[in-house]
Amino acid sequence: MNAPDSILRVRQQVNDRRRAMGARWQRLPRRVRVSVMALLVGYLYLLPIAPLPFVKTPEVGFSGVLADQVVIYVLAALGLNVVVGMAGLLDLGYVGFYAVGAYTTAVLSSGHASWPWLATLPVAIVASMVAGVMLGTPTLRLRGDYLAIVTLGFGEIIRISANNSNYLGGPRGITSIPHPPSIHIPGVDWHLDFGVLDAKPYYWLGLTIIIIVVFLLRRIEHSRVGRAWTAIREDEDAAELMGVPTFKFKLWAFAIGAAIGGLAGSLYASKIGFINPDNFPLLLSILFLSAVVLGGSGNMAGAILGAVVISYGPERIRNFSDRRYFVFGVVLVLVMVFRPQGLLPSRRRAAELKHASSEGTGLLGESAPVDAEFADG
Amino acid sequence: MAERLLELDAVTMQFGGITALDNVTVHVDTGEIMGLIGPNGAGKTTVFNVVTGVYRPTLGDVRFDGRSIVGEKRYRITRRGIARTFQNIRLFPEMTALENVMVGVDAHARTSVPGALARLPGTRAEEQAAHDTAMQLLEFMGIAGQAHNAARNLPYGFQRRLEIARAMATQPKILLLDEPAAGFNPAEKRELGDLIRTIRDRGFTVLLIEHDMSVVMSVCDRINVLDFGKHIADGKPAEIRNDPKVIQAYLGVPTDAA
Repeated sequence: MNAPDSILRVRQQVNDRRRAMGARWQRLPRRVRVSVMALLVGYLYLLPIAPLPFVKTPEVGFSGVLADQVVIYVLAALGLNVVVGMAGLLDLGYVGFYAVGAYTTAVLSSGHASWPWLATLPVAIVASMVAGVMLGTPTLRLRGDYLAIVTLGFGEIIRISANNSNYLGGPRGITSIPHPPSIHIPGVDWHLDFGVLDAKPYYWLGLTIIIIVVFLLRRIEHSRVGRAWTAIREDEDAAELMGVPTFKFKLWAFAIGAAIGGLAGSLYASKIGFINPDNFPLLLSILFLSAVVLGGSGNMAGAILGAVVISYGPERIRNFSDRRYFVFGVVLVLVMVFRPQGLLPSRRRAAELKHASSEGTGLLGESAPVDAEFADG
Repeated sequence: MAERLLELDAVTMQFGGITALDNVTVHVDTGEIMGLIGPNGAGKTTVFNVVTGVYRPTLGDVRFDGRSIVGEKRYRITRRGIARTFQNIRLFPEMTALENVMVGVDAHARTSVPGALARLPGTRAEEQAAHDTAMQLLEFMGIAGQAHNAARNLPYGFQRRLEIARAMATQPKILLLDEPAAGFNPAEKRELGDLIRTIRDRGFTVLLIEHDMSVVMSVCDRINVLDFGKHIADGKPAEIRNDPKVIQAYLGVPTDAA
């Protein structure tokens, strides 16, 4: 981006202001912060019952959009953000892990066994993690563009394999995937039924899972592991020379990202009840990646916001009918032109991006090859 | 008493048709400050890159603490006790100064993802220890006030110091400093010289690449000279100053010497 200096300066001021706001937030008493967060989360649970007036989805059920789209996209974006945003590894085949999670649940609950959904969930997570390690072990020695191409291939291989596998139902896929168990509290006139009529329980389930995932990811982010990821993203060679086992931590990023993708896939399969290979196109990888980049790579709040925009946006403008994806695409392009650091960037990532663009390297910052960098002769 | 900590044994390093190091044999003894000097392109940084595992020597052997480290992974070499700084500063620019040093401390961390997920007591203790160690190192280098600033926002001299702090954080036995005084004024150079001696007195061995002769001559116990990849001299500063080969290759005739 060759933005004039004045624009860069404005952007920096905006970042500084946000940083100051963040610092002010941190200075608030813990009690206040907890209550504000509790209120916010409480409202999120009430969202399908009492949406804000302008938050709606013309022509389709609002809670259905939340459950089918928003929740799934947010989970996927959180997982992909670990890989792309935190560790700086460009993964274009993320939908592959999502598919592994969905198919694992489908096979175990309907295709070849009849486990309850809850029992398939951990298996789906572990299976996607294993897929992540299997893909990562040979490919994480590659960097930047090369890694992107290999992961792109992985996503397609998973989809095409499913299409050609009789075991996985071929192009027809797998049907009658069970819903999560309904919840009844004895003696209370209240129950939560996971069925086809009401999507709200899925939204609540998804929201709960998202909160748990965010909670766990924050722990990792603020540990030695998060530091290692940032160091790898900023200067992989220097990181390794400072004692960071870069391969191991890149593999962890892949495995954790894959696990969350598999979790999202399993949830998705149980919500819609049937899956086939067409549910896992390359486009979905691109949309997940758009969510992460749009929101601001490296920042969980950003990834969540990006996912909400990507999933809810096209539904909100359904009145444009067929043209809505075009309109949406134009909006995305405009956002990326005027706010390349994303809507809610991590301030680190924003500065890295600026750095990279001034040096003319690619968006997902790849350092120059070792030999050129270290050589003085 | 001189115990050999690091030895390059007949190391040759070729890149295509270019020979960056030609049959170089050098050693560093425990507890000394050894200077490595030579004209530009003599192969000094290549020595650092061979020692830290960035390059694998074409021929010859590198021994550290009596064991060969050729072909070992870079982060393992760091853990075994070799740490370095870079000629062109290579900090993690968007991490804070404190976080930069903590990455170095983490080189010996035992906990990983499971510990962080469960926030086990061991992980928490390690995290706290990393924080405290890093803070002490920043204080030692005189830049504790910058702990929470992004590395990229630090003044140049502080960035050089931060690189040394980050390298020391990995608990090295030997510290490889690549032109730490580059761009410093005379007062800063003197300060740096004192600092390097203090570091040695704290039990570190130092291998120093430096162009500034006032720093090299005043700080180093022993000096080795490279010229076009060849090792041409090894001796005490006074000997090196008067070595005709070194004068011809690098120092220049006395009337020209600054």
